[in-house]
Amino acid sequence: MFLRQRIFRQPSGEGVGFGKGDLAVLLLIAVILYFGLQLALGTPAIIEGPEINLDPAAVPFYALMSIGRMLAAYILSLLFSIIYGYAAARSRSAERWLMPALDILQSVPILSFLPVVLLGLTAILPQGIAVELAAVILIFTSQAWNLTFSFYQSMRTIPGEYLEAAAVFRFSPWLRFKQVEIPFAAMGLIWNSVMSWAGGWFFLMAAEMFTLGDRDFRLPGLGAYLQTAAIDGDTQALIIGIVTLIIIIVLLDQLVWRPLLAWAARFKVSQVSDDNPPTSWFLSSLRGSRVVTFLNMRLFKPFNLWLDRKLNRPPQHISSLEPDAERKRSLLGWLMLLLLALLLGYGVFQAAGMLVTVPLEQWGQIVIGAGATLLRVSIAVLIALVWTIPVGVLIGTNARAAAILQPIVQIAASIPATALFPILLIRLLGVPGGANMAAVLLMLLGTQWYLLFNVIAGASAIPQDLQYTSDLLLLKGWRRWKTLILPSLFPYIITGLITASGGAWNASIVAEYTHFGGEITQVTGLGAQITSATAAGDFALLLAATLTMIVLVVAVNRLVWRRLFRVAEDRFRMDQ
Amino acid sequence: MNDNVLLKVEHVTKIFGQGDRKFTAVKDINLTIHEGEFVALLGASGSGKSTLLRMINGLISPTEGAVYYRGKAVHGINPYSTMVFQSFALFPWLSVLANVALALEARGDMSQERFSRAEKLIDLVGLDGFESAYPRELSGGMRQKVGFARALAVEPELLCLDEPFSALDVLSAESLRGELMELWTGGSLPIKAVLMVSHNIEEAVSMADRVIVLGKEPGRIVAEIVIDLPHPRSAKDSSFEVLMDRIYSAIAGHTQLEMSEVGTAPGSPGLTRILPGSSVGALAGLLEHISGFKAPYDIYKLESELGVETAHLVQSIEMAEMLDFAVVKSGDIQITPLGLAFAEASILTRKELFAQRARRVPMIQWMIQMLKAVPSGELPWKVFYTALQPEFPDETAERQLDVAIDWGRYGELLDYDDRDEMVSLDVSNRKEPTVSA
Repeated sequence: MFLRQRIFRQPSGEGVGFGKGDLAVLLLIAVILYFGLQLALGTPAIIEGPEINLDPAAVPFYALMSIGRMLAAYILSLLFSIIYGYAAARSRSAERWLMPALDILQSVPILSFLPVVLLGLTAILPQGIAVELAAVILIFTSQAWNLTFSFYQSMRTIPGEYLEAAAVFRFSPWLRFKQVEIPFAAMGLIWNSVMSWAGGWFFLMAAEMFTLGDRDFRLPGLGAYLQTAAIDGDTQALIIGIVTLIIIIVLLDQLVWRPLLAWAARFKVSQVSDDNPPTSWFLSSLRGSRVVTFLNMRLFKPFNLWLDRKLNRPPQHISSLEPDAERKRSLLGWLMLLLLALLLGYGVFQAAGMLVTVPLEQWGQIVIGAGATLLRVSIAVLIALVWTIPVGVLIGTNARAAAILQPIVQIAASIPATALFPILLIRLLGVPGGANMAAVLLMLLGTQWYLLFNVIAGASAIPQDLQYTSDLLLLKGWRRWKTLILPSLFPYIITGLITASGGAWNASIVAEYTHFGGEITQVTGLGAQITSATAAGDFALLLAATLTMIVLVVAVNRLVWRRLFRVAEDRFRMDQ
Repeated sequence: MNDNVLLKVEHVTKIFGQGDRKFTAVKDINLTIHEGEFVALLGASGSGKSTLLRMINGLISPTEGAVYYRGKAVHGINPYSTMVFQSFALFPWLSVLANVALALEARGDMSQERFSRAEKLIDLVGLDGFESAYPRELSGGMRQKVGFARALAVEPELLCLDEPFSALDVLSAESLRGELMELWTGGSLPIKAVLMVSHNIEEAVSMADRVIVLGKEPGRIVAEIVIDLPHPRSAKDSSFEVLMDRIYSAIAGHTQLEMSEVGTAPGSPGLTRILPGSSVGALAGLLEHISGFKAPYDIYKLESELGVETAHLVQSIEMAEMLDFAVVKSGDIQITPLGLAFAEASILTRKELFAQRARRVPMIQWMIQMLKAVPSGELPWKVFYTALQPEFPDETAERQLDVAIDWGRYGELLDYDDRDEMVSLDVSNRKEPTVSA
């Protein structure tokens, strides 16, 4: 329905190569990883998680726990994105560091951090809290970046005349926030929240039950419930768990996101009326409901007025709108910078010292593992391309097919792949080469939807007059694909691929090394190396492998995807 | 006599950018606005009129000089002035009433009465009945009325109008101008003075008491013309036409000797002329139109005859001057023999004539020379762009290259491949390797 807005657009940064800022950020990540590992040294050798009860009556409790974790992480992400985005959009000097940092952070395979975060936190906190916190942090890192980019971009793209009007009419900061900034950011924030929640479920399912050797990190939640059910071979519990998950996701969609989207449609900037604005039955029924009207009159309106009265203070002075000239750094600023540099230098030195202890032979294995994972990622993405392009074009151009397939696709896409993984494992582990197949399948499950939604969006965006022209020119079959469809899809496919390959790398951490029913299955790969190194307590190897993965993903992003993206933007955009 | 001086702009210069990427938007501007005056700032695009308006408003601050309001220097937004925007800048998610009331809320007025006050203003501009409508439901003219109502809501002394009618269709603009003049001359507004930016000469002459004409490169005042015709004014009056003519001669200037008309190449001493951003099609249209007139012809008449905006017309005329297809003197234009030949030529001959003249434009000459200096005859677009940057602000440099490539393509002098962003000599322009016998 709103697929056109579902384009997963990667913000294209400044350059295609690596910059100074990128290097600094990568080093910083290495240092943080190193210190995390230092903490992790103190982790108890044996950890036992709480028993997971497979009784269906326990499911609502687990579901609530999972939702609670998601909500906590989401609120954190939202706060973070508004503060970070605001800072980056408001100050030129802050922007120079904050944006490259964000760009790297969003391409880092988040799951590769999970082992370090889990171990580090259990070393300093009671185990229950540590695992809980690790899950929230992990979900946060999967939700925050795109929200932040969205908010930042909204801030930067507020049309100049609105900022000028806000200044000329002397808006207070509160009024500007309420009437200019939030309205302009709302649409983007809501769409990205939908994506963030989808991504969050994926990581939550993985984070709720994570086994590293004798350490069994477990949280009472749906993810753990599903994995336990799969291990015990309890089909009934498995089905109940998955159905519950789907119900939760559908309910959230119907009761939260759709109403929000329908409500935010008013903030569309275009001065022309939309032909088919997003609608929500729930919002309509809310609007008609007497209880809600009553609450609105008695609660919401007075609160709003109270807030306005409290916060809307007409400012005495409003300064000019020009970007602040580069200010000279103060002495304190220099000292802070020096301190930071020293700390960073120390960390880099220490981390390098740790990396040096990794024998050459292990580096060789890391290279082989990286190659194997790269191969798996490529295969998964290729398979996804092969099926999503025809299906996406069918849905995008054929209204009848769309009516049937769209709801199915949306439900299917809403199930986090990690929830299905245990089922996959049961089926495949006995088969020769099954572990490899399972790994590729998990990558595929997690990433194909990005591609499909992009292809649908691209196909439905092919201008009607071009379609007619192609009809008139009798373009059929392969020629039609070559001249019309594929070029039109290209930018959308690239945007889909960027997200898809990022997701596939991420999935490799849980896909390549599995601890299932007391048995460890492992395939050659960087993801497996990261997890097994953690299990074995080989922190030097863990650091080396994690860093390799981060650098690899960021490099592929810069050198391959961003270049292609630029070509796509320059040559194949329709709206020029 | 200085008692009623509302605003004084003293030696104001605005420079954008830093280091060797500086660009002077306006230079050494002096002007005074008295109470009761309606002043129009007129100029072609790039003359810095909007920049000046924003400095007067306090939206941006001058690099040199100062703006004084009632004798006090303006720092930050001037609280006594307000603005009506070209693009309306109405909040699409607020109703007409809420848009106007918002201006009152910004002053800290959260009382219920703010709505009745907003309603009165909506009545004043003639929008009663549309209070609950959203901007998207209104026509352009009605939206701008909301813009006026909102501006009036804060009871400003100085009302700044930033091309308020240029986003409207001709008829709505005409009627809105009339209504504004009715309110202004009727004295029913609390406003002390109006400052309007415009690029439409007829509009300025029909509304203002004084027209300040800005020239470009850099933006500066080139003429100040007092319009003392009684209201309502008619564009048909001969005194009106005389004033239009005078202003056109100030804006269009007169054709210089070829040397200064075409300027110098980038990098060499002297002023590099900015290529007028007009297309060959528009140039041909202009030349065809004036090819019928034997004597110098009033430029202001062309505007309505050709149905183009002043800004576009001035650019096309500049292009004709630069290529020596027409000469301009005191508001009149005359086609040259070369221009006449162009106007009457076939498509292919036109290209040749154009190429001959375009070759002499230093900017294009410079590009051809650079391209000939490399064996492959092609250079990345970036090379030219970087070379232009010290002389032009970023956007201008890019536009300049676009124009030069456009002209070069038409004249079959240059070629450009967007895929690899390479500028090259056109195949026909490439020096053939000399074959010795």
